[in-house]
Amino acid sequence: MSSEWPLWEVFIRGQHGLNHRHVGSLHAPDAEMAVNNARDVYTRRNEGVSIWVVKSSEITASAPSEKGPLFEPSNSKVYRHPTFFDIPDEVGHM
Amino acid sequence: MATATLEPDVDQSALFEFLLRIGDNALILGHRVSEWCGHAPALEEDIALANTALDLIGQTQLWLGLAGEVEGEGRSADNLAYLRDGFEFRNILLVERPNGDYGKTLMRQFLFDAWHYLLLKALKGSAEKRIADIAEKTFKEVSYHLNRSRDLVIRLGDGSAESHRRMQEALDDLWPYTGEMFVGDTIDAALAGAGIIPAPQSLKIGWDEIVADALSESTLVKPADGYMHKGGRRGVHTEHLGYILSELQFLQRAYPGAVW
Repeated sequence: MSSEWPLWEVFIRGQHGLNHRHVGSLHAPDAEMAVNNARDVYTRRNEGVSIWVVKSSEITASAPSEKGPLFEPSNSKVYRHPTFFDIPDEVGHM
Repeated sequence: MATATLEPDVDQSALFEFLLRIGDNALILGHRVSEWCGHAPALEEDIALANTALDLIGQTQLWLGLAGEVEGEGRSADNLAYLRDGFEFRNILLVERPNGDYGKTLMRQFLFDAWHYLLLKALKGSAEKRIADIAEKTFKEVSYHLNRSRDLVIRLGDGSAESHRRMQEALDDLWPYTGEMFVGDTIDAALAGAGIIPAPQSLKIGWDEIVADALSESTLVKPADGYMHKGGRRGVHTEHLGYILSELQFLQRAYPGAVW
């Protein structure tokens, strides 16, 4: 039966102020039940304060074959990699 | 926690009896629901039902733990759950009804949850602090149980022709077991008089409302109130309880004192 239900991606905000994070996916007949199911599958141990669900089919993903053009920076353009600044001690870890 | 805040005139044995009633409801329904583990129609439903079962078994520990404390004979929640015989159980007959199909399990859950919700809501204001504390803790869980079972009863009732037919059958079949929730006896009267529990009859109006509301949304027809089965609250059970206990208690009966 579950194979007839659409797949949903679940995002949970762990604490106020943090971003929603993708935690997994599940099947449900509609959005309301997806939220209910997400509560049962992913938030039984105080993991969250907010749940988002979105139909997996609504997500547009980049193609693995485009990995090069999208993600490999031009290493010859050193100014894109600001590694040569001295950071004052007061700033701490960046 | 250990000091009783009871009015001196409240009969401890009546209190013990009430705690068995509420604890046994949670224990037996929790066990029934756990029978679905690994068998529910969808993985997500399986997890949700197992959560409900675990909630109920957790509540059992609180209620039966307090029952043992009130009784004062050194019996723990485990003793009470695993070492009593059928006639000593005080759960209502509704919770020992067999699971049937998934729709029937959900219908039983809804009819119970609506009552359980109202009962705990009232118990939050109990004059006995230990009861009020447990009610406070368990009310949130039970509110969620009710949301969920209500939602699914509506979806299935107002679903396909087949799901509608099955839900109506489940409702008709379980209805004669709902009357027992609202019949009080002298124990209830004594505790209600002392402000420790609500009188069982007093929950009926609220329950009727919750149920009528969900049934009309689900397009199901409320059965007429006819003969109502009862007896569980004084230890007179259907044959189903024996099968439940033989599974539930097997380990402690076969290997007394066994621990993990």
